[in-house]
Amino acid sequence: MYKNFLRYLISAIFLLGFSVNSNADFKVGFVYVGPTGDHGWTFQHHEGRNAVEAAGIKTTFVESVPEGADAERVIRQLAQSGHDLIFTTSFGYMDPTNKVAKDFPNVKFEHATGYKREHSNVSTYSARFYEGRTLLGHIAGKMTKTNTIGYIASFPIPEVIRGINAMTLAAQKVNPNIKTKIVWVFTWYDPGKEAEAAQALIDQGADIIMQHTDSTAPVQTAEKAGVWSFGQASDMQRFAPKSILTSIIDDWAPYYVERAIAARDGTWNQQDTWHGLKEGMVAMGPYNSAMGADLVKEVEQLQKDLASGKVHSFTGPIYDQKGNILVAEGKVADDGMLAGMSVYVKGVEGDIPK
Amino acid sequence: MALYFFTPFIAIILTILGGGMIFYILGFNPIEALKFYFITPISNLYGFSELLLKATPLCLIAIGLSFCFKSNNWNIGAEGQLTFGAIVGGGVALLFYNQEGFYILPLVIIAGAIGGMIFALIPAILKTYFNTNEILVSLMLVYVSKLLLDYLVVGPWSNPEGFNFPETRQFSDSSRMPLLFEGLRIHAGIFLALAAVMLSWFVLYKTYLGFQIKVSGLSLKTAKYAGFKGKTMILVVFMISGACAGLAGVGEITGPIGQLHRMISPDYGFTAIIVAFLGRLNPFGIIFASLVVALTYLGAETAQIFLQIPKYTGQVFQGMILFFLLASDYLLFFKVKILNLKKNEPRH
Repeated sequence: MYKNFLRYLISAIFLLGFSVNSNADFKVGFVYVGPTGDHGWTFQHHEGRNAVEAAGIKTTFVESVPEGADAERVIRQLAQSGHDLIFTTSFGYMDPTNKVAKDFPNVKFEHATGYKREHSNVSTYSARFYEGRTLLGHIAGKMTKTNTIGYIASFPIPEVIRGINAMTLAAQKVNPNIKTKIVWVFTWYDPGKEAEAAQALIDQGADIIMQHTDSTAPVQTAEKAGVWSFGQASDMQRFAPKSILTSIIDDWAPYYVERAIAARDGTWNQQDTWHGLKEGMVAMGPYNSAMGADLVKEVEQLQKDLASGKVHSFTGPIYDQKGNILVAEGKVADDGMLAGMSVYVKGVEGDIPK
Repeated sequence: MALYFFTPFIAIILTILGGGMIFYILGFNPIEALKFYFITPISNLYGFSELLLKATPLCLIAIGLSFCFKSNNWNIGAEGQLTFGAIVGGGVALLFYNQEGFYILPLVIIAGAIGGMIFALIPAILKTYFNTNEILVSLMLVYVSKLLLDYLVVGPWSNPEGFNFPETRQFSDSSRMPLLFEGLRIHAGIFLALAAVMLSWFVLYKTYLGFQIKVSGLSLKTAKYAGFKGKTMILVVFMISGACAGLAGVGEITGPIGQLHRMISPDYGFTAIIVAFLGRLNPFGIIFASLVVALTYLGAETAQIFLQIPKYTGQVFQGMILFFLLASDYLLFFKVKILNLKKNEPRH
């Protein structure tokens, strides 16, 4: 009697569990590295997800997934539970994404900012954030009084170095005396550390603060100290209305909607996407009126030229810190060089941490 | 005394009821939510293997901590010992990069255990010879080891072909834990955990050292009166605890992760404290407790995937388990008496 009861109980439990995995609807899953309320990186991916949902496609997300052993399980669970397309939105998900993709050939995977596409169902995508940095550099060169630009950097990977270089080159063009000071914080998100770094840069004479980290702490520190700053990843204006000149906004929404529809309609193909101002994956926040109407006009023109391809962020002659030529006069850097960028250009102070 | 081992179950039941209430208040069907939380994650072989994978480091660390906690030594820094063990073990794995040999994995594992042991000796030595507070020292050392790991993976040990991303190379197969089943991530590290359970049971209940540990935990004065060498025992329990945490760290990096990077542990060292107490510092209780706590991690993921319940409920559940456990202990050891206040009122 008792044994029978136990047997029924166990089979009931298993039936309950298994009944979940049958769903014929098209579904898209998202894996986030941070909380949806970080007002930076993850927030923007979440906005992209909202756009997919608004396009009438069912979505699911899992937030704050650590980039360690847990990532693979979460991605696999999404694949197992009937998701047809899965966006993994942080670099650290690169290997787990490829591993799971191997076991689920019918599920499509999109990995942000990575470079491994080991299976035909894995695509990668990222944005040409450096085009936005060029605009920031132009503004910074014009707005600085101390000729010192403070830059809070996360990790010395090509993407971050590219941003530093693009900004410095653009600033030098309008103000040859410019110096870029960098503090490496070795984190993507740590409001305490980021605020300290901003303060250190301000103490060293920087009157412009720029960040390649995700929290709003640097712009808030700049606001308090009365220096200029730029928002990162998302429009951060409401956190420092006086200080922020503009923000670089990652707008993933059009890409996510396009890829989700393609996967649903069966037209999805493997690709490596690197979109910029032209496609709208990189967008600019509202320009601060303190810049003056002339400068706003100039920057808006530059933005149009970068989008149309008339101007390229890395146009020669470009020299490294020692004065060796990197890009010859009249040439522009190709995508291969940009993707592997690992030296500073002339005018950046200090060494890349090794 | 039977009640003492029964209260963890009461705590778990209360946690489930409390969780159901939270789900109800959040606007979810509590039965459905609890089903996704506690049943769905382990309803297939893959899920069950993931549960064991997640429970392995928790069980190992908690076994080590039980030695410390039983003898009144409050080692809060298992997370740091795990990290340092992973650093030393990972260093050996990188040293043997691209080499073959059956001896490499055992060397890596032993190095990890020694690393954790050495790191645990720091608070132990400071406590025995300089009378410092081991809670503070072991906790602060967590940050030291994490920063050291940060430095190594960003700088000297970073993958030369990895575009400066903060991670080392993938270890060669010769320093990876063998997988137990094709297609599942559960690896030979689970045997380390089971061996630790058996050994700790033997040491705690069948040896003179175990007797010393228990007596010191019950009454330090009695231990002194009996002539036990207190200092040696403190050093030994910290070494055992550190070695276990180091093994857990090395199991993670040679198992599912396969390299060193900054996120090798989602705070297993701290969560294992809950596991140790939920398991009543008893080796077999700890096995059970590690499975329960591991399930709260998996459940939080499943609940977010299927119902979009915020993933942080996992931490809420862990907190509730500890709270209800402490609360039921309190009621167990203290008698609640309702005083008749009127009687004691001063007379006018």
